[in-house]
Amino acid sequence: MNKYLLYPGCSMESSAKAYMESMNTILESLDLHFEEIEDWNCCGATEYLGINLIPAYSLIARNLALATKQMHPVNGTGGTRTVVAPCSACYLNLAKADHYMNERPSLGEKVNEALAAGGLHYEAGTLDVRHLIDILVYDVGLEKIREAVVHPLTGLKVVPYMGCMLPRPDYQHRWSDHEHPTELDDLLRALGADVIDYPLTTECCGGHMTQIGPETAFELIRRLVADADERGAQMMVTVCPMCQMNVDAYQNEMNNYFGTDYHIPILFFTQLMGLAFGKEPGELGIGVELVSSRNVLAGIGVEVPVTQEPAAPRKKDEGLPMPRRWTKHEGRKETVK
Amino acid sequence: MTDQFEPTIIGFTCNWCSYRAADLAGTARMKYAPNVRLIRLMCSGRLDPTFVLRALSGGADGVMITGCHPGECHYIEQNYKALRRFLLLKRVLTGLGIEPERVKLVWASAAEGAKFAAETTAFVEEIRKLGPLCWGKDEDGRMKDDEDIGNSSIKIHPSSFEKEVPA
Amino acid sequence: MTEKIGVYVCHCGSNIAGVVDVEDVAKWAAEKLGHQGVVIARDYKFMCSSLGQELIEKDIKELGLTRVVVAACSPHLHEKTFRIAAQNAGLNPYLVELASIREQVSWVHTDKAVATAKSKAVVSGAVSRVIENAPLEEIKVPINPNTLVVGGGIAGIQSALEIANAGFHVYLVEREPSIGGHMAQFDKTFPTLDCSACILTPRMVEAGTHPNITLLTWSEVVNVAGYVGNFNVTIKKKARFVNEELCTGCGICQEKCPKKVIDDVYEAGLGYRKAVYTPFAQAVPNYPVMDKENCIYFEKGTCKACEKFCPTNAIDFNQQDQLLNVEVGNIILATGYDLFDARRVSNYGYGRLPNVFTSLEFERLSNAAGPTNGNIVLRDGKTMPKSVGIIHCVGSRDRNFNNYCSVICCMQGLKFAHLVHERTGATVYNFYIDMRTAYKAYDEFYQRVLEEGTLFVRGKVAEVTDAARYSNERGKLIVQTEDTLAGKQRRIPVDMVILSSGLQPRHDAKEVGKMFGISCSTDGWFTEKHPKLDPVATMTEGIYIVGCAQGPKDIPSSVAQGAAASARVLDKILQREVALEPIKATVNKEMCSGCRICNGLCPFNAIAFIADDNVSEINPALCQGCGTCVAACPAGAISGTGFSNEQINAQIDGLLMKNLEPVGA
Repeated sequence: MNKYLLYPGCSMESSAKAYMESMNTILESLDLHFEEIEDWNCCGATEYLGINLIPAYSLIARNLALATKQMHPVNGTGGTRTVVAPCSACYLNLAKADHYMNERPSLGEKVNEALAAGGLHYEAGTLDVRHLIDILVYDVGLEKIREAVVHPLTGLKVVPYMGCMLPRPDYQHRWSDHEHPTELDDLLRALGADVIDYPLTTECCGGHMTQIGPETAFELIRRLVADADERGAQMMVTVCPMCQMNVDAYQNEMNNYFGTDYHIPILFFTQLMGLAFGKEPGELGIGVELVSSRNVLAGIGVEVPVTQEPAAPRKKDEGLPMPRRWTKHEGRKETVK
Repeated sequence: MTDQFEPTIIGFTCNWCSYRAADLAGTARMKYAPNVRLIRLMCSGRLDPTFVLRALSGGADGVMITGCHPGECHYIEQNYKALRRFLLLKRVLTGLGIEPERVKLVWASAAEGAKFAAETTAFVEEIRKLGPLCWGKDEDGRMKDDEDIGNSSIKIHPSSFEKEVPA
Repeated sequence: MTEKIGVYVCHCGSNIAGVVDVEDVAKWAAEKLGHQGVVIARDYKFMCSSLGQELIEKDIKELGLTRVVVAACSPHLHEKTFRIAAQNAGLNPYLVELASIREQVSWVHTDKAVATAKSKAVVSGAVSRVIENAPLEEIKVPINPNTLVVGGGIAGIQSALEIANAGFHVYLVEREPSIGGHMAQFDKTFPTLDCSACILTPRMVEAGTHPNITLLTWSEVVNVAGYVGNFNVTIKKKARFVNEELCTGCGICQEKCPKKVIDDVYEAGLGYRKAVYTPFAQAVPNYPVMDKENCIYFEKGTCKACEKFCPTNAIDFNQQDQLLNVEVGNIILATGYDLFDARRVSNYGYGRLPNVFTSLEFERLSNAAGPTNGNIVLRDGKTMPKSVGIIHCVGSRDRNFNNYCSVICCMQGLKFAHLVHERTGATVYNFYIDMRTAYKAYDEFYQRVLEEGTLFVRGKVAEVTDAARYSNERGKLIVQTEDTLAGKQRRIPVDMVILSSGLQPRHDAKEVGKMFGISCSTDGWFTEKHPKLDPVATMTEGIYIVGCAQGPKDIPSSVAQGAAASARVLDKILQREVALEPIKATVNKEMCSGCRICNGLCPFNAIAFIADDNVSEINPALCQGCGTCVAACPAGAISGTGFSNEQINAQIDGLLMKNLEPVGA
């Protein structure tokens, strides 16, 4: 059994719950054991580092410091120094903190001063921070993944979407390429899917621009979805909770904004791995996505159970109901027609 | 001149790689610590360990031995012989009560001017931390008269008492 | 004091004097080193100038100096100059010592007081050492008049022809089946648009038939021993499986061979060849080679179609690799370059997007003898492009890949632009960061291409993609670039993209350099002796570098270098003998105990044990002077001239002279 320390990150417990569920479902088939870091906290996402460096790095490094406590063999399960982050933003932040604390000793000192308040300490370079797909492709290996496939995804036309945070700046030289990495392509191919070359695989999904500049985000999402559609893809596959949320949750709004009618579901690669390994869609969080993958998956013989459909988008020009009118007859209610 | 201790260091270079690295550092105007004075040999294999001892007893605080990278020796493999002697020499130094870190081996190819400069500066800092050797020097760091060299002037550094001398 | 020493401190203009107080150093040497025997110490603006040298010569004669110390630049630069000056004045040249206060002091330190103090230490070391110097005589060895030229590209061919025409023998070794090199792959040459084959082929034939040239193609040098004048080179002649005596070059074997192979070398992967092949019709020599990796007979044990059809029974499946030994006096390396692998710039999509081509691919595409008969078409083999983008500086001037400029890419890009325009009428865009057309008639060619209507966009291309954003981009390659003249981002849709890839050192340049005993720069090109004044010689006597092996360059420069190196070699040959440094080790038989510790240390087998006398002996012809045995001898019986124990110990003492202030930053 291969043991790793898991830093799940906040998204995995909320918007990307499906990612967490599907990841947990496939671990067993691949003989992997993830031990969650105890008492981990938010990595600060993409924003905090832009506001105040030392507290932001301290916030990140606290997780690394906690992880070092779990490095040593406990009860004979074998030790590890590898921290797995399934979320690209978390991965980038953890890797970044480790890298810069090592490169700039003065930063390391300040961060450790902050950590010392909680009785913690982190020596840069102690841990290996890696993303989930890195573990799957390079530790588990495509061969083993191929062996675990019982239901090949033959005929499922997918575009692999790596997102921008994973392959760059690549402090430890883990990826095949910075501009056009092929790890996700290779993995999906191992599952039997029909992988379409996707030139936008490392383009930005808009990140948090959906909150502060939706027009910009919509254009970025439109490019991704339009190109996938033009290439005949039935589905986008991603490794990043942020990418998944933006393309999924804002696709409808983007369609409204541009007057287009795209319908490209986006799933996590772990969900497709689960399907290929013969797991049930329900165990993999499939069906909760907003742009439904039901029809696409039906094409490869996967039936997605009916869950509560999300509320239909509100018609734009429908007015809001007026407050009840005041009447002399108390107790009687009347609404304006 | 500032109050900080300025070590004197003798550097041995080989004619083909490390001396040319030093030349390149010069041609490229790279700045490095001025404490090192170089001696050119044809090959690091020419380095007789007694040269190092003579330098240390003559007032040097450290000795830097440089040569071609393993496998790139102009004389095929003589730098490996320098490596062997270097490792033995470190044991001898330990036995003499001298910190073996005072002697450093650096491989630098003719193209590695930057490495030569960086290693030199780093070594000067390492020796600065170790402090004066005071072998053949007065306690204030001044050289003793020539007649003094080689007899009673060997001073054992306090830290060396704690080190285990290999049997 | 028996020695009379003169110390000369050079200003080197302001190179030394700007940082070191040279007058103080000279004054100090005269005062404080008097007890060592220093009788005169002078400083002078340029010691290496003829006036500076005369100064030394005059002092030697008039003051009767017996030793000279020159504090100036690195001995690698001017040691010889001052030794000759001493010799002219009647002093043995080995009694001169250089103290490097430029490369080791003034250029690397900034504080004047510190630099001056260090200079004094260096001078003190040199003075102490020079007292121990012994007069030596150079060793003269005869020069073998034969020359080895490695690499049969245009630079190597030029070198070989120059020497052969002067009447001396040349071994021309080429790794590929034919000579010609990269130039044979081109269609046109800039800026004159001469047909490349038309000007190259006659040279190839001349080299192939010259009575003074032994042409060894499909061969590689595997070992080099010896030294200038007397190299012993081992060449592996790979089995051709074609008997060169019998083959007439009729080409029937190639025609009948059933195995088609993608030609990655000559056709740059765009075309095919057979398993038995000559790379191109005008190949020199014209007899084919069999590619064992791909031959059906070697793979499956049957076929032999070539053998069956060969009219002269020249096919010989039993041929073996041969090792040839040749003796040569000088060696010219013309090993050329590798094209930068454009797949590394993944944002330009080469290898992923079919209609992105490299420069060598385009050379083949535009070549009338190439896979498309010179039709410039897309990778589908038929569609003519309506618009073409040419991207400059691919892999060059880019700190992610190579920092250097590959020299030829601008002109190459312009040549492509002209050819595309002329043959297809397509709209051509050149994407460049700087236009570098610095050579005779080069800028005129740029003007001509400008006038032809080629469009130029100045800016680094960010990416080439097939992800269309707008309707006019559908089905095209979009070049996303910054236009620094317009000050905006542009997306330019084109049908075809040509990457003007840079040049790189040969993938095995480092190993080759090691075999020949020369070094490579950080970029990997062979290092010349002096970047300006000695660009074809190397630090190793008798080894010369020409063409792109020394650095990226165009055809005229490669030819010029080829000829230049030949002149240097001819100069050596005509001198008939060469003087070697007398730096050797010798055994004092009186002191040798016969312990044989030194015997195993010499990698040149120069030390032999004489059992009768129970002593070891060193063969001076084989000794290379490294001094490892000198350091090892427990009895101190071995001494090394030029670097004796006495000299080095004296230098140590001098460097650590007691009344020097400690120096530091």
